[in-house]
Amino acid sequence: MSDKQINDPVYKTDALIAEDIDAYLDMHQNKGMLRFITCGSVDDGKSTLIGRLLYDSKMIFEDQLAALEADSKRVGTQGQEIDFALLVDGLAAEREQGITIDVAYRFFSTEKRKFIVADTPGHEQYTRNMVTGASTADLAVILIDGRKGILPQTKRHSYLAHLIGIRHIVLAVNKMDLVGYDRDIFDNIVRDYREFASEIGITDFTAIPISGFKGDNITVAPSDNTPWYEGPSLIDHLETVEIANVAAQARSFRMPVQWVNRPNLDFRGFSGLISDGEIAPGQQVRVVPSGKTSTVKSIVTMNGDLDRAVTGQSVTIRLEDEVDCSRGDVLAAADDPPESADQFESTLVWMSDEKLIPGRGYWLKLASQTVTATIAEPKYEVDVNTLDHLAAKTLDLNSIGVAEVTTDRPIVFEPYSDSRQLGSFILVDKITNATVAAGMIHFSLRRAQNVHWQPTSITRENHSAMKNQKPAVLWFTGLSGSGKSTIANLVEMRLARMNRHTFLLDGDNVRHGLNKDLGFTEADRIENIRRVGEVAKLMTDAGLIVITAFISPFRAEREMVRNMLPEGEFIEVHIDTPLSVAEERDVKGLYKKARRGDLKNFTGIDSPYEEPEKPEIRIDTTAMTPEEAADFIIGKLIP
Amino acid sequence: MQRLTHLERLEAESIHIMREVVTETQNPVMLYSVGKDSAVMLHLAKKAFYPSPPPFPLMHVDTTWKFQDMYRLRNKAADDAGMELLIHQNPEALERGINPFDHGALHTDMWKTEGLKQALTKHGFDAAFGGARRDEEKSRAKERIFSFRTASHGWDPKNQRPELWNLYNARKAKGESIRVFPLSNWTELDIWQYIMAENIEIVPLYMAKQRPTVERDGMLLMVDDDRFPLEPGEEPQMRSIRFRTLGCYPLTGAVESTASTLPEVVQEMLLTTTSERQGRAIDRDAGDASMEKKKQEGYF
Repeated sequence: MSDKQINDPVYKTDALIAEDIDAYLDMHQNKGMLRFITCGSVDDGKSTLIGRLLYDSKMIFEDQLAALEADSKRVGTQGQEIDFALLVDGLAAEREQGITIDVAYRFFSTEKRKFIVADTPGHEQYTRNMVTGASTADLAVILIDGRKGILPQTKRHSYLAHLIGIRHIVLAVNKMDLVGYDRDIFDNIVRDYREFASEIGITDFTAIPISGFKGDNITVAPSDNTPWYEGPSLIDHLETVEIANVAAQARSFRMPVQWVNRPNLDFRGFSGLISDGEIAPGQQVRVVPSGKTSTVKSIVTMNGDLDRAVTGQSVTIRLEDEVDCSRGDVLAAADDPPESADQFESTLVWMSDEKLIPGRGYWLKLASQTVTATIAEPKYEVDVNTLDHLAAKTLDLNSIGVAEVTTDRPIVFEPYSDSRQLGSFILVDKITNATVAAGMIHFSLRRAQNVHWQPTSITRENHSAMKNQKPAVLWFTGLSGSGKSTIANLVEMRLARMNRHTFLLDGDNVRHGLNKDLGFTEADRIENIRRVGEVAKLMTDAGLIVITAFISPFRAEREMVRNMLPEGEFIEVHIDTPLSVAEERDVKGLYKKARRGDLKNFTGIDSPYEEPEKPEIRIDTTAMTPEEAADFIIGKLIP
Repeated sequence: MQRLTHLERLEAESIHIMREVVTETQNPVMLYSVGKDSAVMLHLAKKAFYPSPPPFPLMHVDTTWKFQDMYRLRNKAADDAGMELLIHQNPEALERGINPFDHGALHTDMWKTEGLKQALTKHGFDAAFGGARRDEEKSRAKERIFSFRTASHGWDPKNQRPELWNLYNARKAKGESIRVFPLSNWTELDIWQYIMAENIEIVPLYMAKQRPTVERDGMLLMVDDDRFPLEPGEEPQMRSIRFRTLGCYPLTGAVESTASTLPEVVQEMLLTTTSERQGRAIDRDAGDASMEKKKQEGYF
C-alpha cells in the first residue's frame, strides 16, 4: 500500500478525543448539516474525491482499508495504487462493470458540519439518478477533469442542478496534478464555465483547483503546489457556505398535515414537518384549502411544549378551535396562505421505461396530498446537451419537458422556485405503482379559479329521490364482438319495464357525435373514455342509471372513470368472450379487416386488451345466453 | 434565525418517514432487535406520535440465542412505550434445535431470514420498519428508505423506485411489502450522540464490565448461559469486555475494554480503527457481496 499518497486524517482532532471527550462531544452535539451531490463521470476522479473525503474524516476503518487494498490489486484500475472508486461502488454487478449505476449516499463529518453526499453517475442515460440525488441536496460539486475542460456532460450536470433548484454550485477543477498545477489552465476553464453558466441562469459559483488523488486544496488552501490560488479549500467552503434553509425559514409559515393525532376526546393535534417559515403559540393560522382560521394553542413534543418551531422540524400543533383539518390539508400563515388550483404548468423529468401517455390518469403526490392527474401533450422537450426546446408528443425515460398538468380536484401548492416542498410532486403509475416522473410546478393556469363550480339548489340527491332510484353506471367492457351492445340493450329494456330511468351510451353511437373528432390511437382512445366518463357522471348527477358499452381496453382509464364517481356507483361489467369466439362471430367484419391490416390499432389484434382484475360482474358468454346474462346483471343491480 | 443541528434534522426526517408509513400503509410493524439502533428507532416512534402511543406493534424475530440482558430490556421497552410486543420464533428451527454451535450459517438462515419471512406473512404486515443505516455496509448505501419486497420477500437492487425530495411512494400490489429504514441517514456516531442527548436506555452490554468469556477462532465470546458448550479443559475467564454490536451471543465477538460510560464508549469508537460490523460473522461468509446476496434472499 502506498501510504505516501495519502495525507494523515485531518478533520478529526484525535488529541481532543483522547484528552477531553466531553468537550469533543459538546462541540459535535451542535453541528449543522449539509447535503450535497457530486456530479462528474467515472473519469473525472469523482469516486477518488469521495473516497478521500471519507478517508480524511476517518470514515474508513483499518479493516475496510485492508479489504480495499486487496480489492485494488484484484480488480482496481489504478495499478498497484489504492483505488478509492472501489470503496464507494456498492453493488456486486457494478463492481464487475466498474461503473456506478445508481445513487449512493455517503456520510462524513468535520467539527462544524455533518455531510451527506449523494454520489450520482455521469452517464447520459442516468438523468433520473442525478435528479433523484439532487432533489435533497443543498449544494452541487461539479467535477471537471483539468485536462479536458468543459464537456457536454458538465453543461448537462449544471443544467440539471440548476433545474432542481440548487443555488450553490462548486466547480471543482480536478486532476490539477496532471496539468502541472497550471494557473492559466484553471483560469481558462473558469472563464469558459462562467460564460456558459450565465446562459442557464447560474449567477454565482465557487471554483476550486483540486487534486483528489494528491489532496491539493481539499482541506487546506492554498496547497504548496497552487500558491496562486486565493480562495477557500473545498472543505472550508462546504463547512461555511450558508445553506438553503435560510430562505425557506424567511417565508410565511406552511405545514402540510400528515396525520391527525387523536389519542382521546380531549386532545386533537395536527402532525407534520414544517416546510416553510416558523410558528409560535398565539399566531393565526389558516387551514388550506377550506380557508378556516384559528389560533395556535400549543406546539406539542414529547420533550415538552415549544415556544417556537421552525422550518424542517417535525411537530404536532394544537389549535384553539375545533376546525376541520385532515391529511392533505396545509396549515399556513392566516394572512399569507398558499393558493390552490387544479391546473398547472410544470417541468417533468420522466423516470420510467414506459413513456408518458397524455390523457391517462396518474397518481400525483405533492406533500401529503394524493390526487389523480392527467398530463397534456408536452409543450416542448429540453435537449439536455444543447438546451434547445424540441417539439414532443410524449416523454421517454430520462427526458425533461414542460407540460400542463390537470388534477381531478384542486390541490394546495406553491411555485417550485418559492417552495421546494410545496412545489414538487411525483407521478405514480396506477397499475404498476412505479414512480414514473418528478415534477416541479411553475405556476397555476388559473382556469380552475375563473370557472367556479356553480352551486346548484337541486342536488344530485334531490334528482335521485325524485326518480326513486339510486344512480349508477353499468360499465360494460370487453372485446369487439363480445356481445356488449346486445346485452346492454337487453338490460336497459328490462330496467325500463321496471320503471327505472336509464340511458344507454353506446361506443359506436358516441363516435358519430360527441367524439367524432377522435381516432383510434392510444391517446384518442383515452380521451374517448374520459369524455364518456364525464357524460356518465353528469347523468348520474341527474339521477339516471347509465349503461355504457365501450371496448375500453385499458385498466387505467376504467379506473379513471371509477374515481370520477362516488364510491359504489361504478359497476364494472366484464363481458368475457375469448378472442377466438369473438373473431369467429365477427358481426361487423372488423376482425377480417384488422387481420388484413386495413384497420390499425384494433383491440385484440395489434392493440392490447387489459382484462379487469376484479370486475363487480363478470359474464362468461360461452356459458350464458344474452337473456340469461341480462337477468344476472339485473339481479346484481336490484337484489 | 434558528439553525437546526444535524441531530434535529435527522430526527425530523425520521419522524416524517414514520408518519408517512402510518398513513399510507394498512398494517405496519416495527422490527425490534433490542440493539442500540432499535432503541433509537423506538424512541423516535414514541416522539413521532406523542401523546398517542405508536400506532403499530413491535416485533422481535427471536432466535432464542440472544443475550439475557437483551430479553430483559426488550420486555421493559415495549411496556414503557405502551406497545404490543410480538415475538416470533421459527417453529421449525425450534423443533430441530437449530443452534449456532452445531449448524453454522444455517442458524442465521433459519432463525432470522426464514423466521422474519414467516412472521411477516403470518401477520400480513405490509410495511416493516427496520433500523438499518446506510453507513453500515456498502450495499446498504444504495438502498432506498422505502425498499420494496416481492411477495416472496426478495429484493431487486436493479429495480428500485427513485426517491425524490421527501415524497415517498408507498403504493404496492397485493402481497408486496415495504421495508422502511427511518435511520438511513444516521451514522454510528449520530446514534451514540442521540442516545446521550435523549437519555435513551440501551442494553448494558454496550458498556464495559467484568464478564465470563472464552476465546475461540480469534473471537472473544461471552458465556451468557449454560447452553455454551465448553471444550475439554476450557475455563471461562473474567475479562473487562463490551460489545459494539449485539446479536446471538455465540456469534457476537466482544472487545476488551474499560469504557464503562457512554462518553467513554464514544471515545473508544472514535479512536478505534476497525468497523462496527467486523465483530459479526455474518458479513464475511460468502465473499465481499455477502450482505447483498442475503438481502436478495430476504434477510433484512
